[in-house]
Amino acid sequence: MSKIVRTVSNQLILLVLIFGLYIIMHGHVTPGGGFQGGAIVASGTALIIVAFGSYEVQKRLKERHLSILESGGALIFIGLAFAGMATVFFYNFLVGSPVFGHIPPFGPNPGDIWTGGVVPLMNIAVGLKVLAGLSAIVLVMALASSGEEMEE
Amino acid sequence: MRRIAAAVCLGIVVAFLVAAALLLHPFGHPPSQMDDYMIENSQNETGTNNVVAAVLFDYRGFDTLGEATVLFTAVTGVVMLFRVVKKKEEEHK
Repeated sequence: MSKIVRTVSNQLILLVLIFGLYIIMHGHVTPGGGFQGGAIVASGTALIIVAFGSYEVQKRLKERHLSILESGGALIFIGLAFAGMATVFFYNFLVGSPVFGHIPPFGPNPGDIWTGGVVPLMNIAVGLKVLAGLSAIVLVMALASSGEEMEE
Repeated sequence: MRRIAAAVCLGIVVAFLVAAALLLHPFGHPPSQMDDYMIENSQNETGTNNVVAAVLFDYRGFDTLGEATVLFTAVTGVVMLFRVVKKKEEEHK
């Protein structure tokens, strides 16, 4: 694309990434969560691919690494689910513990990031999984449509 | 004959749709106690302000696992599809 598009998306990608990570991190306090934030970060990847072309992006962002990240997110998610297995599958065992253990007062309140038990950790795991998976889809399809050789 | 059959089928579908619309619960009166339970207890039990996140990752966590599996299958399918194309191109060279 032209130099204007490249410059603007170079500045914009930082805001997109920060907003996506904010949506993932605050999934248990504000609307949003892992799926939505991951989709926002993947749209940032699509923006960079449109601006710079898939050949330039492929040098920095390998599909193999994204696959590892996605599988890692899925493993963290299932591992957290199995960690509550002492009571029941998907039991929230971190409520009341020092890690993400605060309990908010009933009703509307300002919100506390250090609450939620396993919910924020699962949000991060699902967010990793979704951002890596959708970025891999966008990158692989862009590489295939541009006819570039994919680096295994 | 086919027109008559089509008209009968359409009539049945419309009858079911009208019946479903008439049998809807009134707005604000959920059919089960589950909704009120989640709204009142999600902050105590899961410590989560966002009730949607509490339902998604705690009460119905198994459903979310299925969703994640669907996404994983989709990504695997797309990557596999485009890799096969690449391999065949290399063989033809």
